[in-house]
Amino acid sequence: MNLTLRIWRQKGPDDPGRMVTYPVSDISPDMSFLEMLDVLNEQLTLAGEDPIAFDHDCREGICGACGMVVNGVAHGPQKATTVCQLHMRHFSDGDTIDIEPWRAKAFPVIKDLVVNRGNLDRIIAAGGYITAPTGSAPEAHSQLVRKADADAAFESAACIGCGACVAACPNGSATLFLAAKVTHLSLLPQGQPERLTRVVGMVDAHDEAGFGGCTNIGECSAVCPKEIPLSTIGRLNRDYLRAVRARSGTPGT
Amino acid sequence: MAVTGILLVLFLIAHMIGNLKIFFGATEFDHYANWLRTIGAPVLPEDWYLWGQRILLGAALIAHIWAAAVLARRARAARPVRYVHRPKVHVSYAARTMRWGGVIIALFVVYHLLDLTTGDLNPVADQQHPYTNVVADFAPERWYVTLVYVVGIVTLGFHLRHGMFSALRSLGQQTPRGERRARTGALIFAVALCAGYLVVPFAVLAGLVR
Ligand code: HEM
Ligand code: SF4
Ligand code: FES
Repeated sequence: MNLTLRIWRQKGPDDPGRMVTYPVSDISPDMSFLEMLDVLNEQLTLAGEDPIAFDHDCREGICGACGMVVNGVAHGPQKATTVCQLHMRHFSDGDTIDIEPWRAKAFPVIKDLVVNRGNLDRIIAAGGYITAPTGSAPEAHSQLVRKADADAAFESAACIGCGACVAACPNGSATLFLAAKVTHLSLLPQGQPERLTRVVGMVDAHDEAGFGGCTNIGECSAVCPKEIPLSTIGRLNRDYLRAVRARSGTPGT
Repeated sequence: MAVTGILLVLFLIAHMIGNLKIFFGATEFDHYANWLRTIGAPVLPEDWYLWGQRILLGAALIAHIWAAAVLARRARAARPVRYVHRPKVHVSYAARTMRWGGVIIALFVVYHLLDLTTGDLNPVADQQHPYTNVVADFAPERWYVTLVYVVGIVTLGFHLRHGMFSALRSLGQQTPRGERRARTGALIFAVALCAGYLVVPFAVLAGLVR
């Protein structure tokens, strides 16, 4: 296949950036999207130009490192698929493909398609964990969990923290990520002691990072490679309402 | 957003039911309208209840618009650099048009108050006989008034379709099955409310209410 790529090039955080057009030829439909970019980078390197910077690691859809907006859709046109798992057979010969980074104030561009997603880590650090002894995994049956809760928690635990939900959200909100993390822990017995302080801490960290507010549109869930359901946001809201009513964390009350 | 929206919705339901009284004839309708001004009397002086409700609704509306403006500003700040290639929001037309739809509804409410409450834009403007005001409003030769009402009410329907679902979600609706129910319920409610409001101008237009 021969394609025309229009890619966002930005030298660094202070460069305003622009779209640059690159033709690529002889792309196999069996290549992944990232392999197609590897081909282009090979050409650029041989020509003495700066290759296009993009994040990637596992290339099997489980680490959450990769991510770019392809023709306006986070992770590209294939549902429930990270861009590293997106194959070129979903495109046709002669296509023009626009490639942009995640765009959000809370995700500043480091270079080209690489953005700093440290703010998602800051949200986790504000409560997305359980304070418990580490060590080897406990015996699975030592604490019983209802099957329905285990399933829903597991579904949320599948979030890989890629940030596509933010990229897709018209409000630039990270609420789906937040909701996945809160749902995962608040459905399990281990998550109960810190349940209310967790949700308040994480929501505050989210807002402080400069993410927008959720208006339940649903663009996030539509692009999420792990198909985190929109209903997790209801669980987040419910925990939050409970927490602000309970005034937990105020000693002696 | 959700709490103020629900207050406004409660008003919309009551208002719609009240409007349907027009099908019982001029005497009934005018009597009902006059009763509205005297609810609470003689415990309260005449008009007090009405003004209480107006203040409450006005406050809810201002708080609602305020919250919407805060969300819109946060959204704008959250994405300082726009996408070059960005298709429209595809999951829901209603969700996409919440902000502009809200502005259209607010403009419509201003027009509507000038028309049927103060009477400034009404051809009859008889405070004691709202029935005649309504009938004059939707007369066939004033088709553009009906058009404005249709646009306002249909926009409201879209606003409520997403708004009702969103309010339930904001208040903690949390299961996928419940989500399907909430969406269906919001759709049915929005359609029913639109129909309940639209039937009045169309009945006048068709000569069923004279
Ligand atoms: C200038 C006027 C208005 C503006 C700018 C406005 C804007 C908004 C916006 C942006 C939302 C977004 C919430 C979301 O996307 O989920 C919303 C929700 C809502 N609106 Fe309005 N609106 C206006 C007037 C009205 C009026 C007149 C009513 C009722 C008659 C109404 C009823 C609702 C309801 C019930 C919700 C759902 C609350 C929620 O999402 O939690 N709005 N409005
Ligand atoms: S919720 Fe989905 S889109 Fe958002 S960070 Fe997690 S995996 Fe990525
Ligand atoms: S590179 Fe790991 S998910 Fe794509």
